[in-house]
This record gives sequence, C-alpha cells and structure tokens, in this order.
Amino acid sequence: MIEVRGLSKRYGEKIAVNDLSFDVVPGKVTGFLGPNGAGKTTTMRLILGLDYPNAGSVTIDGKRYASLANPMREVGALLDAKAVHGGRSAYNHLLCLAQTNNLPKRRVGEVLELVGLTDVARKRTKGFSLGMSQRLGIAVTLLGDPKILMFDEPVNGLDPEGILWIRNFMKALAAEGRTVFVSSHLMSEMEHTADQLVVIGRGQLLADCTMEEFIARSSGQTVRVATPQPDQLVKAVADAGGSAVNGADGTLVVSGLVAAQVGDIAFEHGVRLHELTVVRASLEAAFMELTADSVEYRGTENEQGQPPGSAQPGTQPGTAERPSELAAQGQHSREGGI
Amino acid sequence: MAAVTTTRQAPVLPPPSGRAGFGGTLRSEFTKIRSVRSTYWTLLVLLAVSIGIGAAICAGTAANWDQTSAADRATFDATQVSIAGLFYLGQLVIVVFGAIVLTAEYSTGMIRTSLTAMPRRVTVYAAKALVFAVVALVVTLVAAFVAFFLGQALLASTHANASLSEHDVLRAVIGSALYVTLCGLFAFAAGAIFRHTAATITSIIGLLFVIPILAHLLPSSWYNDIARWLPDSAGGAITATVAPQDSHLFSPWGQFTVFAVYTAILLIVGGILFRRRDA
Repeated sequence: MIEVRGLSKRYGEKIAVNDLSFDVVPGKVTGFLGPNGAGKTTTMRLILGLDYPNAGSVTIDGKRYASLANPMREVGALLDAKAVHGGRSAYNHLLCLAQTNNLPKRRVGEVLELVGLTDVARKRTKGFSLGMSQRLGIAVTLLGDPKILMFDEPVNGLDPEGILWIRNFMKALAAEGRTVFVSSHLMSEMEHTADQLVVIGRGQLLADCTMEEFIARSSGQTVRVATPQPDQLVKAVADAGGSAVNGADGTLVVSGLVAAQVGDIAFEHGVRLHELTVVRASLEAAFMELTADSVEYRGTENEQGQPPGSAQPGTQPGTAERPSELAAQGQHSREGGI
Repeated sequence: MAAVTTTRQAPVLPPPSGRAGFGGTLRSEFTKIRSVRSTYWTLLVLLAVSIGIGAAICAGTAANWDQTSAADRATFDATQVSIAGLFYLGQLVIVVFGAIVLTAEYSTGMIRTSLTAMPRRVTVYAAKALVFAVVALVVTLVAAFVAFFLGQALLASTHANASLSEHDVLRAVIGSALYVTLCGLFAFAAGAIFRHTAATITSIIGLLFVIPILAHLLPSSWYNDIARWLPDSAGGAITATVAPQDSHLFSPWGQFTVFAVYTAILLIVGGILFRRRDA
C-alpha cells in the first residue's frame, strides 16, 4: 500500500504537486491520470525518494522508500526506459542493479527470459529500440519480484504491438495479485486495464475512485433513441424535465432521464421507438471534461478536490450539448453498462 | 517482438538475507565500472601515456648524457624523470576517469535507476568512490612500477639510474600512484558537485593545472608563501628523490597531506550535495 499524504513539490516558482493525498491499494491496477504536465512523474519521483517534497509524506507499507530494507523486493519502478547507460549490456545493467539488493545472479537470466530479451542480453543497450528498452525497464522492475509495481507512461511512443504487449503484461501482473500503479495521459489506455483511478490536474487531486464511479460521477449517462417521430419525442422529453438533442445517424440523445422513463414517455405519447440504448460516456470524454474543469476552476480553492460531475447528471446548466458530442465518438463510447 | 508474452511465474526468490547495504552496493559499483568500455580505454591510455612518456624521456636523457653538464648530472632525478609521464599526464587522464564515474550517470539518466534500486545515497556515493579509488590505485601502481623499471633500464648506460632500495625511491614511486589516485578522487567529488562532465573536467583542470601556472607568474616572494598550499605541489614533492627540498614546501608526505585534506573536504561537500539534492 502506497500512502500519499499532503504531498507538495515546487521547482523554483512552478508548483508541480500541490497538497496531494491518495492511497494505492494492494492487488489492483490503479490508473494515475492527468494531462501532460499535471505532476504525475513528479509524484512518482517523490514516492521513490528521487526528489524530496516541500511538504507532506509518502510511505510504502508505512515506511519511507529509502528506509525499505530491500527496496527492489518491495517496489519495482519504471520511470524512464532510456535512463540506462547505453554502453552497458542488458545483462550487466540488470546485474549491477540486482547486486545492490543482494539478489541472486540467476535472477538476471530469469527476468531476461520473462520479457523476451535473452537473445540480446549481451548487446549494449545503446542499440535498443524503444520497445526493447521498455522491456528492459520492465525486467528491472521484476528483479526483486516485488508486490508493488510502478510504471510511468509505459506505452508512450510504442507501436501497437508494443502497446498490446505492455497491456497484457500489466494485466498478468495484476492477476498475480500485485499492486500496479500506472500513469498515463491517455484515458483510453486505462479503460482496459485500471480498476481504480487517481486523476490529477495542475498538481492537484481531481478524482480518487473506482473506474465505474468515475464514469458515473463525471458524465452520468444518456439515452440514445431512434424514432421516426423525433419532434414529438423532443417536446415530450422536455415536458418531462429532460432534454433531447440530435445525435449521430439521425438518433436523439436524451439526458436527464433514465431509459425506463424515456420508454414510458414514448409509450404515453404514442411515439414509436426503433432503438432505446443506455450510453455511458467514454473515459476519454469524462477525463477531458474533468481536466478541462480543473483549468476552469483554478483559483477557487474549495472546488478543487471535488469532481465537478458529482452533482446529479442533467441538473447542471449547459450539459445538454455534451452528450451528443460523446455519442459521436463512436469507438470510445461504451454502451449498455459496464 | 510480435509475440504476446504472458508472465510465466519465475522461480521463487529466496527470502532476503538481510538489509541491502554497503557490500551489495560495492559489488554493484564494481560491475558498473568493469562493464563499460570507456573504463578500459581510459585505463589503457593512462598506462600508455605514463609508461610511454616516461620511457621516451629516459631514452632521450640517456642518448644525450655525454652532453649533459656536471651540474645537471648532479641534480638529475632518475626516479622522478621515469615516472613523470604518470604524475604529469596520467593525472589528466585520471581526472577525466574520475569525473565520468559519476557524471556519466547523470548524462545518461542512469542515476535515477541506480538510486531507485539503492535509495540510501551516502552508501551509493561511498561505494562508488571506494571502487573508483581501488581501481585507480591498482592501475596507477602498475603504471608507476612499470614506468620506473623501464625508465631505469633505459638509463642504465648513464650509471645515474636509481634502484628501489635507494633512499626515498620507493616513496616516490608509490607516492606518484597515490597522488594520481587522489587527483581522480578530487575530480570524482567535483563530479558530484557539478553533475556535468565538461564542467567538472574544466574546473578540475583549472584547479590542478592552470592555477599553479598562474601562481608562477606572481612575484617569487608571494609564490613562496602560497606554494605549499597549492594542490599540485604534492605531485612534485612526493616524487622528488634528489633535488634539494624546496624550503618553502612541507615535507613530501606533509605536502601530500595538504592535497589529501583538500580532497577529503571536496568529497564531503560532494557527498552532502549528493545526499540532499533532487536526483
């Protein structure tokens, strides 16, 4: 368990992390999200003791990282795959790191096998592609067989095959009961891997919840309706307190009402329905909304910790237009629940 | 690369035998230093320069011995001449070697990986310094003795050659290796302060080579007052066996101690900064 409490870090004038508190709970994949420059890497550096905080603390199972008896057996971290001496072979890179924690020499061969780098073990890492470097970085994290794994933007710059490999690897690690803490600026990446989310913007916490909660709270749900009598339905929905706008392919997107209410209203007004679908906002959209709000609300202290979407969906003015945009992003939307 | 590998459970690790500490870090640092080519190139250049220059000077001296005046013959220091390559030029090479031990970790980003594996920074710093010092001392001792014996063999025809059993000769040969190693540690500590290869090498060369040259331009009464406090005075003092001791300097080991104290101070400052600063 990683416990972050009131963490703040300034670099000169710039506040990178501001009073951040959250937990990374065991046995789950926790996605650490935020736009570029939100303070994700800084937070990870603070967790590992690479940088010192100006205020607050981070503990791993109750201890500071630097006090852990054998750090590599507790935490495996990959912050920058290119942070290696290019003149050293993959084997020697792993060996010199394993030796610091008194790990057996044979472990080096095992982790090389695990990430599929055995054939290039004696090659100098200078010639490695980003994908190979990423595998080497993951091999480092696995040396001590740790319970907690931390990855900073692990798929950044990788080709689709590399992304798939990393994604499956993280899933497998989580399936083994390990705690995985992984950062990304791409929501769509987390959508398939994370159980738990920590979202930050401008160094401050925006959300700390489960994936389901995040989607529900941030955007609520809308109902997509296909009908040959759209004008009648729009009016009926408006009368019932909801709102309907034109979506893609001639459908209507209704917000402020649940699917059952929409169906009942249509029945009462004799409107024929060809489709009635619950649409949940994609993570990407929810994330964009949340981080856009973090910019919008900057300076108003008491709004910061609270996800703006926690109010009832549909009751906020100006939200009616949004669902239609969401529905238009076909491949990012999840339909009919999770 | 295309295959989607799933995690196969690796054989279980034996439980930790204790706390990660100095021993493991020492082995790690030795692995680091022996696993990059720059180490071998640098040390090869050090040996070539030390032995080659020493041999060239000795051979030249022997060839011109007939034309050498009696006064020059009287002050000729066969020991110092044979190891001059090491303590003049070898020290340049060791400064580069000492600097890159730490600065290369910063330029490659490896330092962050190293400090994640072993977050106890004073341990890392001390292990790095010790491994470097041992490697440097072994190689400079080899260079000093080979240069000495080769030089004396080349000087045999002059009958002015020295032998290890003579007064101060062993002190000069071993002292040259110790002095050059100390120069390397001086640069290592500066590397911890500057964290940048070029800045480190430039400043150390300034301190060890340029400041002494500038000091020589001062009025000699001034120079005589400060000579004993210059870092490089140790090199000349510790390797001298014949020329009358400069009365403005401390004894050879005293002069060596001055430089050792400077190095120790710089190592401590470097260690404090290495411990305190963000990596």
